[in-house]
Amino acid sequence: MSTQAIVGPHAALQAQIRWRWSETVFWLATLLPFVLTPNYLVLASQIAIAALFVLSLDLILGFCGIISLGHAAYFGVGAYAAGLASKWGWGEPLSGLLIAAVAAGIFGYLTSFIIVRFRHLALIMITLGIGLVLQEAANSASWLTGGFDGLQGIHTWPIFGKFRFDLYGYTAYGYALAVLFVIFLVARRLMHSPFGLALRGIRENGQRMPAIGAPTHAHIRTIYTIAALIAGIAGALLSQTTETVSLEVLGFQRSADVVVMLILGGTGRLYGGLIGAVVYMVARDQLSGLNPQFWYFWIGLLLIAVVMILPNGILGGLALLARKAGVKP
Amino acid sequence: MNDCALAARGLNKSFGSLVVAADVELNLPPGVRYALIGPNGAGKTTLINLMTGMLRPDAGRIFLGDDDITALAPEKRVRLGLVRTFQINSLFPHLTALESVTLAVCERRRVAQVWWRQLTAYRQEMDEAYDILASLTLAPVCHRVTRELAYGQQRLLEIALALATRPKVLLLDEPAAGVPREESKELLAALAGLSRDITVLFIEHDMDLVFRFASRVIVMVGGRVLVEGTPREIASDPRVRAVYLGKARDG
Repeated sequence: MSTQAIVGPHAALQAQIRWRWSETVFWLATLLPFVLTPNYLVLASQIAIAALFVLSLDLILGFCGIISLGHAAYFGVGAYAAGLASKWGWGEPLSGLLIAAVAAGIFGYLTSFIIVRFRHLALIMITLGIGLVLQEAANSASWLTGGFDGLQGIHTWPIFGKFRFDLYGYTAYGYALAVLFVIFLVARRLMHSPFGLALRGIRENGQRMPAIGAPTHAHIRTIYTIAALIAGIAGALLSQTTETVSLEVLGFQRSADVVVMLILGGTGRLYGGLIGAVVYMVARDQLSGLNPQFWYFWIGLLLIAVVMILPNGILGGLALLARKAGVKP
Repeated sequence: MNDCALAARGLNKSFGSLVVAADVELNLPPGVRYALIGPNGAGKTTLINLMTGMLRPDAGRIFLGDDDITALAPEKRVRLGLVRTFQINSLFPHLTALESVTLAVCERRRVAQVWWRQLTAYRQEMDEAYDILASLTLAPVCHRVTRELAYGQQRLLEIALALATRPKVLLLDEPAAGVPREESKELLAALAGLSRDITVLFIEHDMDLVFRFASRVIVMVGGRVLVEGTPREIASDPRVRAVYLGKARDG
């Protein structure tokens, strides 16, 4: 610590936000499924989509301390928006993402006015309520959403008119991974921006922020809208790559799963959510292969074990190990 | 029109039957050093909470210069120059000292909502934060996370955060509370070194400090202003001796 103080203020910050070699390794590793496990590319694309969804939750839960049990609402709005666009004759994927982002972003912005007024337990109830209301609304509006049968008739056009979505998931995984990477870079920049610092301030001591002149509510509305927008993009990726949307995209299960993935991986570190998504999705795939009824038992055990042994999640545990071994990650 | 930096007119506040502010009048001319004293529960911190908007008064008005700020949100008052510190450290435990003060500078310059540029692009803001920390002898520890700082350093960081907002009026709630004697030198120097452009009101129990820094003293008892005067007048006032100094000596 004492050697750090000699470094000028700018150099110290620069060192903090520089791109690390471990990050390069991580992103190169995401390409491995193409060569090592080509039979699992469909799963890999599901993981990439889940990772993007977790990333969006990390922006509000990890950076700002806003707990949500209804984050699937924004995922679902995005999924239906992209699905409907395609059903009504516009299956171009990239503009579909944009449509979904706008729809989910608007819904996020509107609900953010409720969100900013609450914390803690009340917030859990309110986000839970938003999720339930939206799912039931989608269920009863079956003329629009297809209701319980799901939205049929989605056809996603080839990306750039060239890359068709194939049965093996090559295009789907490449597409989802590329979108995840681009949005990850945006989130990473946000995290190291003045706004990112303000969010950390809100997480650390939200009561103190007004006393340094910070418009806390406006900050929370902004990040909540951004998170909703990214969740919507994740939802759109799912409906575009699977060419179907079911009510399950809005379900409580999805909202709960995303919280579990984030806590497993570690909150507030961007990569934590990504690792949590990989571990959770692979575990679910393997365990449900062994016994399709019983796999939540093991997920439950895993969750208890991680939280007890590694309070900062898997990534927090890894960082601790690296520090003990004297490696700079 | 109002030639006071900060003024309160007929402030009232009660919680149920407990009256914490009763017809409080306050007039702080620009640049003064006012001490606010009184026994525990006299309503001193409540008065600061009312002035800074953390509590809403039941009645009365508050003026910052010529502006009626009674209805403004706390952060808007800060932006107009009315800033406070806290009796119990209210800091950002896992931010470094430099990050905390840079955050306050960014908020003042209205760049804290920028999410598409990296913080490294804001050299001026960071330099300003560093200079504030250096002026309070915190430069050597500016990269430490707040919760690892010594208590006296945390008290200085409270003041650094307030200074980063460029206050016109500064309300200090027991700035030296709990600071061990060996750490208090820097803190006293910081208080003495506050710019004369800043109007200061501070709550303090340590009479040495009050006599050292205050040009005038306000005594509050039971939510009311009992008396106001120079430190010398206050020290010899029999009513003050009765309710405050006498009690303090007994306790």
